Formats: sequence, structure tokens, C-alpha cells
Amino acid sequence: MGFGRAMPLLDLRNVTRRFGDFTAVDGVSLAIEAGEFFTLLGPSGCGKTTLLRMIAGFDLPDSGQILLDGVDLADCPPESRPVRTVFQSYALFPHMSVAANIAFPLQMAGSPARDIPARVTEALEDVRLQGFGKRRPHELSGGQRQRVAIARALVTQPAVLLLDEPLAALDAKLREEMQIELINLQKQAGITFVYVTHDQTEALALSHRIAVMNRGKIEQMDEPSKVYRFPRSRFVADFIGQCNLFSGTVTNSGDGAVTLAVDGLGAVRVATTSAVVTGTPASIALRPEQIRIGAAADAGIGIATTENRFRGSVSDLLYMGDVTVYRVATEGGARVEALLANSQTGRAKFFEPGDAVEMDWPVAAGHFIAE
Amino acid sequence: MAEHAEATRLARGKWLVSGPPILYLLVFFALPTLIMAFASLRTPGEFGGLAPLRDEAGVLDINLDSYLRFFTEPVYFEVFVKSVAFATATTLLCLLLAYPLATLVAKSPQRSRSLLLLLVILPFWSNFLIRIYAWMIILGPNAAFARAVNGVLGWFGADPVQLLFSSFAVLVCLVYVHLPFMVLPLYANLEKHDPALLDAAQDLGANAWQRFWRITFPLSLPGVYAGAALVFIPALGIFAIPDLLGGPNDTLIGNLIKQQFLETRDWPFGSVLSIVLTVAALTLAALAAWFGKRATRTPALDHA
Repeated sequence: MGFGRAMPLLDLRNVTRRFGDFTAVDGVSLAIEAGEFFTLLGPSGCGKTTLLRMIAGFDLPDSGQILLDGVDLADCPPESRPVRTVFQSYALFPHMSVAANIAFPLQMAGSPARDIPARVTEALEDVRLQGFGKRRPHELSGGQRQRVAIARALVTQPAVLLLDEPLAALDAKLREEMQIELINLQKQAGITFVYVTHDQTEALALSHRIAVMNRGKIEQMDEPSKVYRFPRSRFVADFIGQCNLFSGTVTNSGDGAVTLAVDGLGAVRVATTSAVVTGTPASIALRPEQIRIGAAADAGIGIATTENRFRGSVSDLLYMGDVTVYRVATEGGARVEALLANSQTGRAKFFEPGDAVEMDWPVAAGHFIAE
Repeated sequence: MAEHAEATRLARGKWLVSGPPILYLLVFFALPTLIMAFASLRTPGEFGGLAPLRDEAGVLDINLDSYLRFFTEPVYFEVFVKSVAFATATTLLCLLLAYPLATLVAKSPQRSRSLLLLLVILPFWSNFLIRIYAWMIILGPNAAFARAVNGVLGWFGADPVQLLFSSFAVLVCLVYVHLPFMVLPLYANLEKHDPALLDAAQDLGANAWQRFWRITFPLSLPGVYAGAALVFIPALGIFAIPDLLGGPNDTLIGNLIKQQFLETRDWPFGSVLSIVLTVAALTLAALAAWFGKRATRTPALDHA
């Protein structure tokens, strides 16, 4: 992304946080540019929330530095940081009206009293809640509360907005709506968002960049499409979306591709630019939607390839409406998941469990993961 | 039809459960109050009690003389005002002492909470009068406390003071006796507060004082009002403490009522004093309830 700045807005250097024997955040370094929508993604307990709380100031690193605009925040209490948090529970003040909630940070910042009503009205318009000022938080729906929490956090125009699983409490339909709204809000406000979630689809949909965290460390930090397409580790491949992970030994290397001997499958060929030594263990990550699948009788489905072509039979299937996931057991005993969009008229035939099928995928489809 | 029968059964169940307490209150609270209201309109008997309902001429003897007496003789009204002042001071002091205590209990780890709560209610395990007598010893002229106070006063060249049998002793004991009634409702309220609200307030720029004043305190108001009512109302009618620890000028309305019934034997006037006390207490309780309800909706910026 073209964030042309000499210095990152938020700079975390080797941040570590321990709780007793447990290392929640383990030497994390990352630089977030101004105006970026940055997501910390990982399973619960991976340290993403601890990291967020340290940026907000509710927790302090045991070692390492957190710099905002080049200034170390170590001695800066949460109330003095130009950073705002949207809490998972929204944490709206129940004894105040919506307007009073949004006015709160302005009052704390010492804004002149006569300016406050206009700024509150403006903030309400930004989240499309005109006329809701007099309501109490308990009179609002989950989505509306969420928007009030965001308006309250944005009204003082902080340098960074931290969002801690803000959509977790909403139902699926509303969540999608709020995702689009968040993207628009972020674009419009031009404020840096640091977003914490365990939901990979949310991370992929919203972010400019994602840091995938596991056990207190960043496993991979990249644009969503790169993280999805080129997972750096088995963990990332497995955590982001559905993924077939084939592990085996490198038997052949060269010409921009390697061949792996995979248990139960045989020789699988995959493109890679990295230099690989023959005989080393490695993995291949293959997305289910990259696999072509057809009835075994169909001679030469799609483009004829001689590589990565395997026979098997459908053991289970998951019908999900728009797509169907087929779990195929190969003749060698490996399990491969393949996904078929149900709109594809050319493949009108649905397979049933027990059907003999043939799968194939191009050499460029898989992603090579060294171990 | 089945639904109707079910509804009847439910209604009957409700009455079965709430019937006994309602009956109890009717017999031992509503009825005596009515009798007292009636007695307040009668004439005192020559040798105490009540004069016959019909005088010798057979005329119904009902009048407002006793009420007139209360409102025309300033000494009674002064006692009433003094009682309100003592009860108010007790309530405020209890609030000041109970708030930090309740906060401490509410913020301590779950395991130590029950122990701390037990300590708060521990005084109830010994008799009320015994606890007052204990204060007689603590505040007595030969006790270490009085000697220390008078020692310091002597240092500054002031005359020694008597701690026992004074307004000071009454107030100290009133606060001591009523403190748990303030701590418990406050604790019950503070314990329910969502800690995320304080995090949010801090995140939005509020310092410790602002977090207390803008978030914790307003949210605790229902607890404050409940505690205030539980302290103020019994403190208003108390007579044992001023009897035992007060000086000659520390007669409160409770003492006056007791006097009218047991010593002067002027039942109608005693009833008037009781009714004034009851009406005042009910009015204040209603006010507390109203404020408590209002506290859950705050003013500031509702117009935006």
C-alpha cells in the first residue's frame, strides 16, 4: 500500500509480555502506517488482545517498546494516549444518553461546552444515527450500540482506533453489514485502525494488512490475498480458510518446481522459487477450490495434465448452499478436500458418498511450505 | 377452559405465598397504625391512657388538640428538627465511611469477599444494648480514649471535655450501629459494576477522579439511596442510644414518644408524635425512591 511516510505511525519493537510462566506476547515487532487498516488475527490465547491492551496502555510490556509517532508510550497512561478502543462489550455508559456518551471524551479533553452539541450531532451522522442522541444504550439494538461505541471513540479524532473483536456479538447478517460500514468509516475518517479478531473471513474482508499470531508470535504479516494464497507456515495455512496440507519428503527439485512424496497420495508437484534440498521434509498447502474434481469415468476433465492427478472416492460431503465440500479418500488412503461451486452448470452432477472421482490441480495451484 | 383453570390455580398459588406476610403486616403494622391514628384524635385520660370516647354529655370527644400542641409549642418541633439533624448527620457519615469499605469489599478477590462481608455483619451477633454499653466503657472518662483526647486538649490549654453523655457519643454510636446497613446495599450495587466501563472511561481520557465522579458514583446512586433510607429511617426514631449515651439536651423524638407513652402517659400526644415521625419517614423514603429512579437517567446533554 502506498503510505508514503518516513516513519511508521505505530511502531512496536520487540514487545514481550509474560504472565507468570506464560509468555502471552513474545518479541513482537511490527510497524503500522498512518491510515492503515491493520488486523491482528489469531486463535484465542494467541496474545492479540494482550498486544492491543498494551497499545491502549491498560497493560505494559515486560520488555520492548511501543512508539507512537516516534514517541515511546511507556510512561503515558491510557487516559493520555491519543488512542481509543472499541471494546468487545461496547462498554457504553448505561446511565448516560447516547449523546452524553459521545460527549464524554470531548468533555474529558476540555472541549468548549458550546462546541460539544454540534460535534456530537456530527459524530452521530457519521455512523448514521441521526436523532438517536436522546436514547439510552439499553434502548438500542446491538448494531446501533456498536455504532455509538465507534462514534464515541472517533469523536476526538484519535491517531489510532483499536477494535477488540467488535463484531463478535452480532449475528452473521448484521456482521457483514457492519464490515462494509467499518471499511467506509475507516476510509472516510482516515484514522489508523488496529483490529483484533479470531475470525479469518473478517480479517480477509476488512484489512489492508494482517498479522497472523500464534503463541505470542507473529507467524506472517502481509496483505490478505498474500496471506491466503501464500501461507508461510502450516499454522497460517490451516488457520486461514480451509486448506489441504500435504506433508512429505522432497524427491526432486528444479525448474521452478519441486516434487514431494506424499503419504497415501504419491508424487505431488508444486511450483516454488525457493531453493529446496532434496530429501528434506516439507508441506504443500492446497486450497479446496483449486482442485478440479470429476467423475472417474470422465476422460480428461478440464485441461489435460499429467501431474497431480489422483483417483479416489467421495467419503463425505458438506452441502453449504453456494458450494459443496467433498471429502475424497484416495486409493492410497489420503484425505483431500475439494470444493465445488454449485452454480457451475458444466458440473451439474453432484457426487454422492461412495462415488469414484478423479481430481487434479495445476502445479502452480499449491503453495510450498518449507519446514 | 383449561387455560382459565390454570390461571386461577396460579393466582391461588400467588396468594398462598404472599398471603401470610400480607396478613402479618395488616395485623401488626396497618392495624396498630390505624389505632394510633384514631388515638391521636382523642383526649388524654385523667390518669393516663385515653378519656372515654363519649363525654358525660354523650358527645363524641374527637379533636385536634394534640396536633395543635405539636405545631404550636416550639419545643416539640425543635426536638423533631434535632432528630432529623442527627439522622442526616448519621446518614452522611455512614455514607462517607461505607463507600470506601464497600468498594474495598467489591474489588477484593471472590474468595476474601465473603469473609469481609462476614466481618461487616459480625456486630449483629452481639446484643444491641450490649454494644451500646460497650461504647459507654470506650467513651467513659477513665478510658484510654477520653484520657488521650483530654491530654491533647490540655496540651493546648483547653478545659477537659466529657465524651460520654454528649451529642458526640450519640452520633458516634448512631454511626456505628447503622454502618452495616449502608455497606451492604452499596456493596451489592458496586459489585455489579462492569469493570469495562472504567476501562472505557479511562481510554476516553478520564482520570481517576473523573472516572469515580462521572461513572462509578452515578451508577452507585441506587445503592446510595437504598442505604440512606435504611440508615436514615431507623436513626430518626431511635431512643435507646440517646437514652444511654446522650446528655440532658440529647432528647430525640424517639425519647419523646417513649416518654409520652410510659412516663407522662399522654397517649394521644404520643400518637401524634409517632404519626409525624411515620409520615416524615414515609415521605423521605418516597423521595429516596424517586431520586433513586431518577439517578438511573441522568440529565447532561439529553437534548443533543
